[in-house]
Amino acid sequence: MNDTSGLGDDAQLITLDVNGTSYEVITAPRRTLVDVLRHDLRLTGTHVGCEHGICGACTVLVDGLPSRACLMFAAQAEGARITTVESLADADTGELGDLQRAFSDHHGLQCGFCTPGFLMLAQGFLTERPEASKEEIREVVAANLCRCTGYQTIVEAIDACATARRAQRAAGTEETSCN
Amino acid sequence: MTSVTENQLVGRSVARREDPRLLTGHGRFVDDIELPGMLHAQFVRSTVAHGLITAVDLTAVRRVPGVVAAFTAADLGLGDITARLDRPPAEFVPTAMPVLARDRVRYVGEPIAVVVARDPYAAEDGLEAARVTYESLPPVTCEEQALAPGAALVHEEAVRNTLVDVSLFATEGIDGIFENAPCVVRVEARTGRQNALPLETRGAVAQWDAREEQLVVHTCTQIPHQVRTVASRCLGLDERAVRVIVPDMGGGFGLKCVVGREEIAAAAAALRLRRPVKWIEDRKDALSASFLAREQHYTARAAFDADGRILGLDADVVCDMGAYSCYPFTAGIEPLMAAGEMPGVYKVPAYRVRGRAITTNKAPTAPYRGVSRPQYVMVVERLMERAARELDMDPLEIRRRNLITDFPYTGVNHITYDPGSYLESLDLCEQALKEAGWYDRQAAARAEGRHIGIGYSCFSERTGYGSAAFAARKMQVVPGFDLSEVRMDTGGAVTVTTGTMSHGQSHETTMAQIVADALGVDLAKVKLHQGDTDRITYGWGTFASRSITVGGSAVRRAAVKLGDKLRAIAAAEWGVPPEETELARGRVRRRDEPGIELTYEHLADIAYLKSHLLPEDIEPGLTATAAFDVTTDGTFSNATHGAVVELHEGTGQVEILAYVCVEDCGVAIHPQVVEGQCRGGIAQGIAGALFEQITYDAQGEPSATSFMDYKVPTAHEIPDVTIHHLETPCAFTETGAKGAGEGGTIGAPAAVLNAVNDALRATGVELDTTPITPETVHRALTSPALEQTR
Ligand code: FES
Ligand code: FES
Repeated sequence: MNDTSGLGDDAQLITLDVNGTSYEVITAPRRTLVDVLRHDLRLTGTHVGCEHGICGACTVLVDGLPSRACLMFAAQAEGARITTVESLADADTGELGDLQRAFSDHHGLQCGFCTPGFLMLAQGFLTERPEASKEEIREVVAANLCRCTGYQTIVEAIDACATARRAQRAAGTEETSCN
Repeated sequence: MTSVTENQLVGRSVARREDPRLLTGHGRFVDDIELPGMLHAQFVRSTVAHGLITAVDLTAVRRVPGVVAAFTAADLGLGDITARLDRPPAEFVPTAMPVLARDRVRYVGEPIAVVVARDPYAAEDGLEAARVTYESLPPVTCEEQALAPGAALVHEEAVRNTLVDVSLFATEGIDGIFENAPCVVRVEARTGRQNALPLETRGAVAQWDAREEQLVVHTCTQIPHQVRTVASRCLGLDERAVRVIVPDMGGGFGLKCVVGREEIAAAAAALRLRRPVKWIEDRKDALSASFLAREQHYTARAAFDADGRILGLDADVVCDMGAYSCYPFTAGIEPLMAAGEMPGVYKVPAYRVRGRAITTNKAPTAPYRGVSRPQYVMVVERLMERAARELDMDPLEIRRRNLITDFPYTGVNHITYDPGSYLESLDLCEQALKEAGWYDRQAAARAEGRHIGIGYSCFSERTGYGSAAFAARKMQVVPGFDLSEVRMDTGGAVTVTTGTMSHGQSHETTMAQIVADALGVDLAKVKLHQGDTDRITYGWGTFASRSITVGGSAVRRAAVKLGDKLRAIAAAEWGVPPEETELARGRVRRRDEPGIELTYEHLADIAYLKSHLLPEDIEPGLTATAAFDVTTDGTFSNATHGAVVELHEGTGQVEILAYVCVEDCGVAIHPQVVEGQCRGGIAQGIAGALFEQITYDAQGEPSATSFMDYKVPTAHEIPDVTIHHLETPCAFTETGAKGAGEGGTIGAPAAVLNAVNDALRATGVELDTTPITPETVHRALTSPALEQTR
């Protein structure tokens, strides 16, 4: 018997696609996605603040959409594309992504416990709505809890990232149209 | 002076050293620690608020699949956690907090037994199989019950359920002053019981290390050395046989600055089982069974002359500390802070106060960010506002007449306040709100029948509590000093250790800035280590905004000492006295001939690898240690907050339209970090003013067990905050810095409450109690007085 997994007779083999890698996990049906990510796959960037769907510290992307990983059983995530905070920096160089840099520039994190949740929330949202206004961003930020920052710098960081991405895209289009 | 000013880092918002790992998911929080063979602990907790335990049956627990062991207090035989004040029995009653309840439980959620299992799910299963029977005792759930004659006693030794009862100052003639004063105003205020609520709950991973003969406890605490002391004493180990290591921490705010029973119990289980044991608190336990704070009741009055000058302050403060005294601060933490410091920023010539800590059948309390200051500032600011109304004066003018302006100022409370910008911050705050047009908008809104109010709070915050200040409280365990060691390796890279413990405050960055400046090296050359009791002899951790004032000063002193050693080695090389040398960007150079210089790398090479070259009076190696303590009454940061609120008639909702903070924390090591502390603090102050409260029903059952029933404000409710800085450097910290950790939380409740009262002006209703609920506001807005004005 595996001493740490606490597997019962009902253990099942599931396949999870996390950050583009496929993992096979033997797990109990009641195990949540966040526990499997953190403790079986050792992707501990995703955090747990409440286990009842309110704080958002466990936010990951499931097929691109921000989701509470504490509210899903791991088995329910089979077949979906799961994206966690570990995917945001450059895989080879470790260089921070633009959203991460914006959080650092704006001091959008203090203790950093809520941060992976906010990053994934913003990452999912900005992909859906790249033209989001600061007010819309504030609405979305209100989905998660942070006890340290007072939220202002989180909103500013995401807004700055969105603005920079838009400018970059505009420059890119201009370039294309010029050529 | 040998310090290096070119390229100075202090005062610049450099990139945070903490950020890259936290942003990539590579932080290491306690729940991220996984050790081979690790077991998982959870606690069987009391389901009654007050009762005698008649039986604890864990037989079925031990049969649950996956459960490895289950222990009661009797199984583990641990010592108690007892915090003491050196005060006579009439002023303080010590009470013991057992690690696990033995024969009696005193609040819902009190730990009774620890269940250890192969995984957290099995541990939860185990809890369900526990059978505990109780003989109920009448629960004491509020102040009225606690103090009623013949009340049930929470601790038999604490008569009238009173743990602390001090009467202080009582200026001669104070009764006469109140009798003869032209204006006396009163405030009766209550503040809700809150949870400091770090987003990361508490937790620990403990493991016996047979080779080192040490119990290693990874735990998220603000006070690693105090956890070590308590763990060693409860477990009967030498203190050196316990090593406390603090990983990254997801906030603390005071809740983690007391020793928790569960971290000790988890350590005991690991010691007994000789296997690693992890305990991670769930949110339900964190909300209702950890440490709470802030439930206070003030009955206060103030006398004024006809010109609005305060003549006297007379207050009675009752703090509901719940079931136990916390270690190391005791149940005195809240009443002693309130009683000692209530006159605050005002020239109060006569003062009398009674401060009490009562014990009830509720979760115990810890010193939550600001400790009593959010409350007494609120009460004093309400007294000011009420006097202004009574005397028909401008509420800011009455403050201006009373603010301390000549420093140093020794108050009626025997505290000497070092220089600050009390008046200047008020002026600037008013100006900022005026220039932003809020007074005009308020007038226009009033004409439309809308309810916009503007409110202020003026306060200072003692941040440099040294051992003298804590000793004055008569704590038996007296915090105050801190230590630092600064070390340079053979290649010139610098390691700093400190006894303080950052948990969001960015010390890896700010302490490194201080050291980099003192030695004249790049920030990247400096690495801070904290939170490891084997790495530094002793430390008092992070609380009371002390880290930069005390810890930062120790760090700077140690760095300067190390610089002195580098100079001594270079001086010996050159055959000149050390005074003839100075530090300059990673080198020691000759003062008389700055072209002659030796790099730190070169000097480090001599210090370690060519020590035969050192003169006899210089020891090999490059380390320096230093201590720092504050021997005066301490230093005071100050601020004025201004809030603009709108009350919504239909819902009773309080919306914060604007918020301005003018703060002065002396030299800001890292302005962006200071602003972050202000904003985060203000958010927590607003949370207390408008949203958060844990109540208890008649059976002592807490109202809040999830985020569904404890409203933590989100980006919806927390406004953007405009911050202005003033800088009155501290004369006796090594950097000129004062602390900045708590001010935001201290000022916000008063500013918001005053703004709400300003908006309610036409109703004739005045509110003095927090949280200000929508029901209260709605009721006020539908009061008959308001109808008449329409
Ligand atoms: S841990 Fe999932 S929402 Fe809080
Ligand atoms: S940074 Fe600490 S909870 Fe958000």
